[in-house]
Amino acid sequence: MRFDEIKLVLPLAALFVASFVAPLCVLVALSLSVDTEIRALTVGHYVKFFTDSFNYSILWNTIVLGVKATVLCLVFGYPIAWICARAKPRWQTMLLFLVILPIMTSVVVRTFSWIVILGRQGVLNQIALGLGLTSEPLRLLFTELGVVIVLAQVQMPLMVLPILTVLSKTDPNLTDASRALGAGEWRTLWKVTLPLSLPGVIAGCILTYSASVTAFVTQTLIGGARLVYMPLHIYQQAVGANNWPFAAAISVIFMFAVLIVVYLLNLLTRFMPSDAKT
Amino acid sequence: MPRLDASVDWESLSLRFVFAALTAIAVVFLVGPSLIVLLTSLTASQSLRFPPDGLSLRWYKALLTADQLQRAAWTSLIVAFWTTVVSSVLGTAASLAISRSKSTLARVFDLLFMSPLLLPALAFGFAALVFIYQLGLRPSIPFLILGHVVVCVPFVLRTTLAALTQLDPALGDASASLGAGRWMTFRRVTLPLIGRGVGAGAFLAFMASFDNVPVSLFLADERTEVLPIHLWQQIETNLDVRTAAASGLIVIVTLLMMLAAERFAGLTRQMR
Repeated sequence: MRFDEIKLVLPLAALFVASFVAPLCVLVALSLSVDTEIRALTVGHYVKFFTDSFNYSILWNTIVLGVKATVLCLVFGYPIAWICARAKPRWQTMLLFLVILPIMTSVVVRTFSWIVILGRQGVLNQIALGLGLTSEPLRLLFTELGVVIVLAQVQMPLMVLPILTVLSKTDPNLTDASRALGAGEWRTLWKVTLPLSLPGVIAGCILTYSASVTAFVTQTLIGGARLVYMPLHIYQQAVGANNWPFAAAISVIFMFAVLIVVYLLNLLTRFMPSDAKT
Repeated sequence: MPRLDASVDWESLSLRFVFAALTAIAVVFLVGPSLIVLLTSLTASQSLRFPPDGLSLRWYKALLTADQLQRAAWTSLIVAFWTTVVSSVLGTAASLAISRSKSTLARVFDLLFMSPLLLPALAFGFAALVFIYQLGLRPSIPFLILGHVVVCVPFVLRTTLAALTQLDPALGDASASLGAGRWMTFRRVTLPLIGRGVGAGAFLAFMASFDNVPVSLFLADERTEVLPIHLWQQIETNLDVRTAAASGLIVIVTLLMMLAAERFAGLTRQMR
């Protein structure tokens, strides 16, 4: 970088070092210390986390939650992006607008509306009972299924937008050629369109996954007090139990868990044929 | 909507039908909650239920006297305003440098500035609190704003960098060769061309800050309450209809702001 470029980056870089990098370093130091005064070092908090099945089951449940929400997002997100890419500009804008709407609406408000929908006398149960699909109200609120549905709704744009970006850059001649050579629409999707759009799919999965596992408000309000995921676990240890070093250790473990999955997903892009890269 | 070719075959129709059906279901789930919250907030009765028993604006009138809620909303607006200003100015400057340079250092900065988007915000909020205590300080509004800037800057960076890649570098050179200085070139040539990208990023940063819970949870002092946390406590303790009215109001304002952002900054295009 040239000197005048450095000058432009410097203010933000300084801000990040002071209020992002430094706090994270202190967090790591705290996670390795005996008490809140960082003086004597120990790995005890990490040992405690991994020897207690309660702790690592929370980590595991959080990862599983992220995977389920990501898969649900992909199942609905890919068709949305596919249709968007083929739609006329006006329709495309309108559809995207609807997709972005939930993520823009305040998280607490959005979660509140889901409580009205998923509750025992909520909208979904009224519909299900009214249609005779079920004889008694379904339990949706305070269940993992409820959390997954709400997460998928909120994170949908994070899946749709990267896929759409790749799909709209794809050369339409390739799908036309596939069709001309006799492949049907499903075969073309499976053999041509999907492989070409994999970088977008992976980018979408990374964003959806990391947003889902860290969605503190949604997890806590829809999941309730009995479904504990990593963010709530950190909060309870930090604020409820006032055990800062242990909360710091959980935070570090959680960050690594998120980054490892992101890294693995990123690694997938390397094994792709070079023409599928953007 | 799918465009139908002249040569329609059943297989192509089946794919389109399946994809259109999935999209239709998704749209119901995407839009439904916002509509339901709006309708619920118009209820005339004391209880939150859908469909509402009779329509009235009484709970919106009740908002006018909700002092605590108004104070929390005002705090959130101030924090979001300063977060947006700082994120936009520093984010745009950094984007200019990162997009011009092809060096490894520029990639490192890019990765650093984008990382708050992937890392758990709650862990960062806690880290920031620990750091502040280690320095012997206490949480306060300026720290809260700094924390918000860290998690909101990626939005500005992403849209601005995307806008900058569309920019023809020859334009800057032309401006320089015509005698314009760097600042003049930025103000008269670059900024007007990337303005929509910066605007969309600023809008996203504002919304992200206004809506932030995980960082505010740790960095707001005891006397400061931001709107999302206030609403959250209302929902957890007494689910009253005023909360629904506040939620309805937020949905309407968000929708209007999104429409404005779409009109002036081409929001949906900038986010791609």
